[in-house]
Amino acid sequence: MAFKKLINSKTILSFFAAFMLFGTNLLMAQTPAAAAGTGEDANQVDWTGVAYYVLIFFLICLGVAVIGKILKIYDLTLKIQGKKGLKWNNVMGVICLVFLLAGLYGAYWSFTVQGSMTLPEAASIHGVKIDEMFTVTTILTMIVFFITQILLFGFLFKYRHSDKRRAHFLPHNNTIEKVWTIVPAIVLTILVVFGFFTWQKIMDDTDAKGEVASINIDITGHQFAWELRYPGKDGKLGPKSFKLTTASNKLGVDFTKKSSFDDLSADTMYLPVNRSIKLNIQAQDVIHSVYMPHFRVQLNAVPGLPTYFKFTPTITTADMRHKLDDPKFEYLVYCNKICGGGHYNMQKVVRVVSEAEYLEWLSHQKPYLTDGLKKELHFADAEPQKAVSQNRLALNN
Amino acid sequence: MDHKMIAKQFLITGITMAVIAMILSILFRIQLAYPDKTFPLLTTLLGHFAPNGRISTEFYLSLVTIHGTIMVFFVLTAGLSGTFANLLIPLQIGARDMASPFMNMLSYWFFFMASVVMLSSFFVQSGPASGGWTIYPPLSALPKAMPGSGMGMTLWLISMVMFVASSLMGGINYVSTVLNMRTKGMDLWKMPLTIWALFLTAILGILAFPVLVAGVVLLIFDRSFGTSFYLSDIVLNGVQQPYEGGSPILFQHLFWFLGHPEVYIVIMPAMGISSEVMSVNSRKPIFGYHAMVYSLIGITVLSFIVWGHHMFVTGMNPFLGGVFMITTLIIAVPSAVKTFNWLATLWRGNIRFTPAMLFAIGMVSFFISGGLTGIFLGNAALDINLHDTYFVVAHFHLVMGSAAIFGMLAGVYHWFPKMFGKLMDEKLGYLHFWLTFIGAYLVFFPMHFMGLDGVPRRYYAFTEFASMQKWLTINTFITWAAIMAALAQVAFIYNFIVSIFAGKKTTQNPWQSNTLEWTAPVEHLHGNWPGEIPTVYRWPYDYSKPGAEEDYIPQTVPFSQTMSSNLPHDFEDNPAGMDELKKFNDKLKANDSESPKES
Repeated sequence: MAFKKLINSKTILSFFAAFMLFGTNLLMAQTPAAAAGTGEDANQVDWTGVAYYVLIFFLICLGVAVIGKILKIYDLTLKIQGKKGLKWNNVMGVICLVFLLAGLYGAYWSFTVQGSMTLPEAASIHGVKIDEMFTVTTILTMIVFFITQILLFGFLFKYRHSDKRRAHFLPHNNTIEKVWTIVPAIVLTILVVFGFFTWQKIMDDTDAKGEVASINIDITGHQFAWELRYPGKDGKLGPKSFKLTTASNKLGVDFTKKSSFDDLSADTMYLPVNRSIKLNIQAQDVIHSVYMPHFRVQLNAVPGLPTYFKFTPTITTADMRHKLDDPKFEYLVYCNKICGGGHYNMQKVVRVVSEAEYLEWLSHQKPYLTDGLKKELHFADAEPQKAVSQNRLALNN
Repeated sequence: MDHKMIAKQFLITGITMAVIAMILSILFRIQLAYPDKTFPLLTTLLGHFAPNGRISTEFYLSLVTIHGTIMVFFVLTAGLSGTFANLLIPLQIGARDMASPFMNMLSYWFFFMASVVMLSSFFVQSGPASGGWTIYPPLSALPKAMPGSGMGMTLWLISMVMFVASSLMGGINYVSTVLNMRTKGMDLWKMPLTIWALFLTAILGILAFPVLVAGVVLLIFDRSFGTSFYLSDIVLNGVQQPYEGGSPILFQHLFWFLGHPEVYIVIMPAMGISSEVMSVNSRKPIFGYHAMVYSLIGITVLSFIVWGHHMFVTGMNPFLGGVFMITTLIIAVPSAVKTFNWLATLWRGNIRFTPAMLFAIGMVSFFISGGLTGIFLGNAALDINLHDTYFVVAHFHLVMGSAAIFGMLAGVYHWFPKMFGKLMDEKLGYLHFWLTFIGAYLVFFPMHFMGLDGVPRRYYAFTEFASMQKWLTINTFITWAAIMAALAQVAFIYNFIVSIFAGKKTTQNPWQSNTLEWTAPVEHLHGNWPGEIPTVYRWPYDYSKPGAEEDYIPQTVPFSQTMSSNLPHDFEDNPAGMDELKKFNDKLKANDSESPKES
């Protein structure tokens, strides 16, 4: 009774109405909002007021309550007429069937429409193997998905409650149990075997046999950017130590070693097509993750734990632009491990080009050993990178 | 304190925390749906965390972190296990209370304190922890790494230590109660599947949670006392830090040694509850009871040796990755057995669609959908491209978010009469179910495709990436689906609160169920049963037994009272009963031959 009194209280309702009409407008008073990012929507009014949405919510609730009341009255009318009331078990059974049909169509729609928005074909050799594995797994799992969901909701509809029927007493059946233990085990064994060998192949930690060389590239993550370092004419990247990090020597390259002198820094990651690439991955501050989805490449960048990932790009940026019919397409490297406020924007362009274009690009890259750094290290007589042809030696590492 | 009251305390605290976590998720979904727009209300509500009508980038990560933490630990671990283990273990095994009622009460208050400490982090200047619910160091170990690595992270760690203390006190109680305090006749193979699930979950918690505490203590040392357990070679903001020799990967091993069993700590009670509810409402014995128990045991054991699949791309030894892939995919076998057994339970049933039953069915549906996508992520080669993308978000929100929440809600609807002596409104329950069920699928199904497009999780704004612009419309759709699912919870909260005070009074056994709790009086008594604790004679799933008068036979009914329905295997461990059955059958035959035959 007390609850009903509360609901019927005119005072409460009046306060509520006043709140709806005036209070929230005060709350939502629009101020010129400095839009972050683009700075375009500074004065945009996005919500007319929370009261509007609260009102809509209450109207929906009212609608639901009215429908509920109508159903109740209908139910009572049937009972007064001596008929049985609404059979909710039947109603729910039918809704289950409708959900099944709508759900199957929805899943099909999602697969065709949203499925077509996913990544294009893999742009690396190992990526093709991953995609094959993905296709096999998708086929197997989708068969199970559709069969089990159809059985689940089909049984709900077919075996909905009836007063005239009694359920079938079936506590166990060892043969059936064996079948649905062994069959999934076999399917999973197939996936495990294929998966295991694919994984081992991808993760093979030595350079591929018979391959003349691979290109070593250093990629180092810090809040919130990637730093790239390419080897110079000697084809070797100089060693690093975090203890040597300074404002000029951001990566802590060790210049007591000769191999460090000709290293190059770059803003964009250029990769020659069909050449084996070895990404040496490191982080300076917190964990980052090198993620290049188009190449099916991902590995964490962990402070104190250098890691690396080997792959061979197979489709140039130009070819991919053509395939996707998107002249602005770029391969990207993302940060895929939460690393702070700017985590979401740690992107860097990766460009896959022909070997000639790569050489051309490489010849224009600046040496890591800048004048400032030389000064800091007291390298008065150190020679800067000069000739284009010298950089080409990087390919012979 | 009575175990039933502690169960209610856990439930109400769990629901409160769930509502908070849900609001946090709506806040960050709004950011994702409208990354270029401003909402002055956000500044009003969140102050300096949302300057100029937009959530700050750091606070966005805090929202994600605390949402995950609350849902995984405070709702799906404590809210689910805490509620139903406390309510059901003594009632379903026939005990007066927990083995240690005082420690049981302490476990709730530690949980409550942990909740308060976790929420208090919203009121510190630098904001709550923002390193993700997995709090990987160095982000969590370096207080200067970001605002959310400061005081908020300290409070997170303190809260988790309290939480683990609570879980351990609860878990030890559950295990010792199940092992020592079962009533006469209640052997292990007569225990309902809820008890098996809660019992094995408690064992998982006892073995896994201490490892997290060990990891957290070392993390506190790194944060505050200059040790280098997890840190090495750090240059922060251009300044070299004095850490050497540690490994952030070590923390990940310790974290996931808990973290993966935690997934099963969350889902196993939901499995047990759903099994029970489905059996009762399809009026059938659960199919393959022994297989269900063995698969739970299998999952319990295997869950300890699969943690490495969270670390395929950390750079750990690739051979180890291969091993973890094998163990991870093996765990799909017992999961498949459970799923098929649930389907067989429904087959030729006489299914009653109570809200509890619908939520149990929803749990199975989500478990299938989410479980299957787990096969992709468990495969190390595929994980290279799917790790930490929206595919993962979709997978775990279906399999351990939605499925576990649905299991919990099935339990709430089913045992509400036992907790409060009232019935919840069924029609509101139907509305609640369908809106939440459809909403959850609309939210998480499209996320799979975002993940397949390589969209990373925990990104503040996709507008910075040309290739991700195409997902903006779907992101907006997902947000509105999430808002719909969130609003559906209003129907539940309203139903829950109003039913406690003004619900229809329940009878002693409203669902015609076999288990022991429904033999206790509606009114709560200390000690559960007046007089003697009932004796148990049979397993809990004698539904629709041929020859029985009713379609259910409670566990307390002796076989001598149901001779017409007894089966030979009912007497496997009772030869005297077999003789009795023979005599009964002979008598029946004699009666048949004596009675005049109809022409």
